[in-house]
Amino acid sequence: MTTVEKFLKKPIFSLIFSVLLGFLVSSIILVITGYSVPDVLQSLFEGVFSRPRHMANVIIKSTPIILTGVSIALAFKAGLFNMGAEGQFILGSVAALITGSILDLPPVLQVLAIIVSGIIAGALLGALTGFLKSKFGAHEVITGIMFNWMALHFSNFIVNLKEFHKPNSASTFPIKSSGFTGIRSNLGFLKDTSFSDILKTEVNLGIIIAVIVAIFMSIVINKTKKGYEICAIGLNEKAAESAGMNVFKNIIQVMTVSGGISGLAAALMVTGISPHSVSASTNFENNGFNGLAVALIASNSPIGCIFSGLFFGGLLYGGRSVQADVGTPSEIINIIIGVIIFFVAIAKIFPLVVSKFSKKNCEENHA
Amino acid sequence: MSLETQISPKYAVQMRGILKSFGAKKVLSEFNIDIKKGTVHALLGENGAGKSTLMNILYGLHRADCGKIFLNGKATNIRSPADAIKNKIGMVHQHFMLIDKFTVLENVILGNETTNKFGILNIKKARDRILKVSRKHGLNIDLDAKVEDISVGMQQRVEILKALYRDADILIFDEPTAVLSPAEIEDFIRIIRKFILEDKTVIIVTHKLREIMNSADKCTIIRSGINVDTLDITEKTCQKDLAQGMICSFTGSNVKRDKFNPGNVVLRVKNLNTKNEKKVLALKNFSLEVRAGEILGVAGVDGNGQKELVDSITGLLKVESGTIEINGKQIQNTSPRNVLDNKVSIIHEDRSKVGLILDYTVAENSVITKYRSANFSKHGILKRKSIRSFAKNLIEKYNIKPNNCANIPARNLSGGNQQKLAIAREISNEPDLLIAVQPTRGLDIGAVEHVHNVLIEERSKGRAILLISLEIDEILQISDTVCVIYNGCNLGEFDRNAADGKKVTNKKKSDKRTLDEKETISKKESDKTTPDEKETINKKESDKRILDEKEIGFLMMGGRKNDYSRKIS
Ligand SMILES: Nc1ncnc2c1ncn2[C@@H]1O[C@H](COP(=O)(O)OP(=O)(O)OP(=O)(O)O)[C@@H](O)[C@H]1O
Ligand SMILES: [Mg+2]
Repeated sequence: MTTVEKFLKKPIFSLIFSVLLGFLVSSIILVITGYSVPDVLQSLFEGVFSRPRHMANVIIKSTPIILTGVSIALAFKAGLFNMGAEGQFILGSVAALITGSILDLPPVLQVLAIIVSGIIAGALLGALTGFLKSKFGAHEVITGIMFNWMALHFSNFIVNLKEFHKPNSASTFPIKSSGFTGIRSNLGFLKDTSFSDILKTEVNLGIIIAVIVAIFMSIVINKTKKGYEICAIGLNEKAAESAGMNVFKNIIQVMTVSGGISGLAAALMVTGISPHSVSASTNFENNGFNGLAVALIASNSPIGCIFSGLFFGGLLYGGRSVQADVGTPSEIINIIIGVIIFFVAIAKIFPLVVSKFSKKNCEENHA
Repeated sequence: MSLETQISPKYAVQMRGILKSFGAKKVLSEFNIDIKKGTVHALLGENGAGKSTLMNILYGLHRADCGKIFLNGKATNIRSPADAIKNKIGMVHQHFMLIDKFTVLENVILGNETTNKFGILNIKKARDRILKVSRKHGLNIDLDAKVEDISVGMQQRVEILKALYRDADILIFDEPTAVLSPAEIEDFIRIIRKFILEDKTVIIVTHKLREIMNSADKCTIIRSGINVDTLDITEKTCQKDLAQGMICSFTGSNVKRDKFNPGNVVLRVKNLNTKNEKKVLALKNFSLEVRAGEILGVAGVDGNGQKELVDSITGLLKVESGTIEINGKQIQNTSPRNVLDNKVSIIHEDRSKVGLILDYTVAENSVITKYRSANFSKHGILKRKSIRSFAKNLIEKYNIKPNNCANIPARNLSGGNQQKLAIAREISNEPDLLIAVQPTRGLDIGAVEHVHNVLIEERSKGRAILLISLEIDEILQISDTVCVIYNGCNLGEFDRNAADGKKVTNKKKSDKRTLDEKETISKKESDKTTPDEKETINKKESDKRILDEKEIGFLMMGGRKNDYSRKIS
């Protein structure tokens, strides 16, 4: 194999190549719909990188989807497709809201209480999904979708309770301010530096927790006995079972933790980003569904989810500025995001394509 | 390598200069082979020699790095199985590619549906054609049976029918007989011999020398990806020639067998009733005992309750009534984990679905039943280093190839080497009871010998071994006690002395050639036991029941119920 071929077969190359291909195809779509490709690209790029503030916002925007991505990646290792991450997220945010509104503890404790309640809410829903799967064989995708809708309507119900509902709005009152995780006030030292505009954003502790969770899950999956069991079940359930692994228990455990991480994502959003409240909605906010794309791009590696989450968050955030600067409708931007994700998702075929087209040098092999 | 033959239409397949490497590993180097039209051509070689790879290249599943394939004298590019089928090549894989829930008919037409001009299936026309093909070749299959309801032998015929329905002239079989019972093997050989009367060409990969003697016209021996020799198979060809051409490590000698000195009962199965997946009673009042230091061989035709017996013991299947005891402790209807904790190890029948996790590395697979032990994990963290060195140990001890495979996925091992890995792992557990189901499936003769020796060694160390095999020879060769399972019942037990060295011929008719070969082979096998060794066995166990060699075969075919029950000492 030549060095070029070797390089071409590296996963990282496939990833870069597919992103480029995604942009190429997106450009064609833009041309067809009559938008200037350079303008759009420039606006997208500047929308993400031109100012520290933008970058900070990308990170803030990415935090929840990194976590839902990790949640889905973990479930996937056990062979489970956690379609219900959306619902777990919603339930987590409802729990965070209730705890954050009712309790009024000192700042650190308040935050902890909210986060724990979010985790528990998501975990319970995940556990239920896992239980239905392992006890009755109910497919997690079907139950997940059902729970998503139930969670959404439950959330709307809570939002409209008079204890929480903010009059003349679609949302609730914010949680008590002792539960906020913003760290703007601690970053005063940035005031006179060129990073000062970061202070205009809602920098919060979420990303740190998200990164820690991703690293922790990566260790669990790759280094521990538990991770070994989980992956074994995901790869060959029958072999795992006859090797004495408890499939029933593991599926419930994985779904519990997976749901807990989605719930955590929600709690971090409620504590970290204004309006620190929950709104009634007839449709999903897609924090869970975007996690599916994040996990997919990362090939279900938790660490990979950090980067793919940032990438996806960048597209979402940068997309807004494209909309503002160039006037491209959001549908087109969503199509572009979809195209890029599509190519990344099929990145695995590139090594195959490379070997198909490479003519191996027989003389070299003879030697 | 034999003299270079000219490219000519007389040959169905000619491969020239085939090179194939996986990463840095060269699997086939400069491989040349000529396969004459209208012959059965066998491929023989050690595990990992490259036989499957070669056949996968011919069928378009792999692409050679370079080299040419000529079909009927014409250079042909085969890039995919679709190309192969277009060129009238059919392949029956070792693991059948059938859809269980479909009927035979549906499976056969799948992917090659006969439709009218609106794209609507024309089942009637398809059925007529299939029936014609099936009759012509004496395949005898019920087209409307569901695949999950028919035996493995029948499933193989469905695969054959699939290939024939697509007009295959060249049929490739990769280890076709590994899953068949002796009677089914005879049928199989009859069917392929018939093909060549129609000028079809059959290529068969197998480790069973006797089958080559019985069915093949020529045999090519592959050693580490090189065509060592191609022999004509005649009456005079001797198995030793084949074996020795293939490997150097084959000695043809048996390990010294300590005298049979059974200890306490380790496994006691008593009046077991178990239903199978279809909720039909598959074991009926089944009882059996295996003592420490004993190999108990369970003989029987596939599908008579062996699977249910193993699954009940291992905790994968609920039993209706009856008890299973390990060292006096009841374990029926507990969990697989509990069974393993009671020092039971299982070499599973199906390595790729149950025995191994193919996407795990060899090292990861080597601890799949014992990663919980303190040697391999501490405070919940896996000790990767110890796992790897443990795996390296097994690789060396069982000659698993390639010998630096600890970190590659088990999927990339050849079939036989996967099997060696599964066996090595289970034996290294040092169990009280070892259940070995078809332990030598897919192994080359050197490896079979090694595994048999290891089993006998383990038995001499005082382990109880329950051996379940469709190969009656294997059972007779290494068991101390033999029992026959038929239709879910235990038809009685017989001691080794009676069964030793003798051949069981089935009631089924076989052509003359087959019988003759069998005779010579069985003589050779009995010669392996040294005279004085035989004598000790004779003296020790002469008081036990003597068994007519035909009786096991008779019982296996459901001859009659035997009321003999072993006296427990
Ligand atoms: N996909 C793969 N990737 C890497 N190595 C492979 C792959 N497939 C096969 N090999 C290697 O190629 C060699 C030949 O394998 P092959 O399956 O052809 O052997 P075989 O002759 O069929 O052996 P067996 O009798 O055990 O089935 C083995 O050493 C195997 O490890
Ligand atoms: Mg093979």
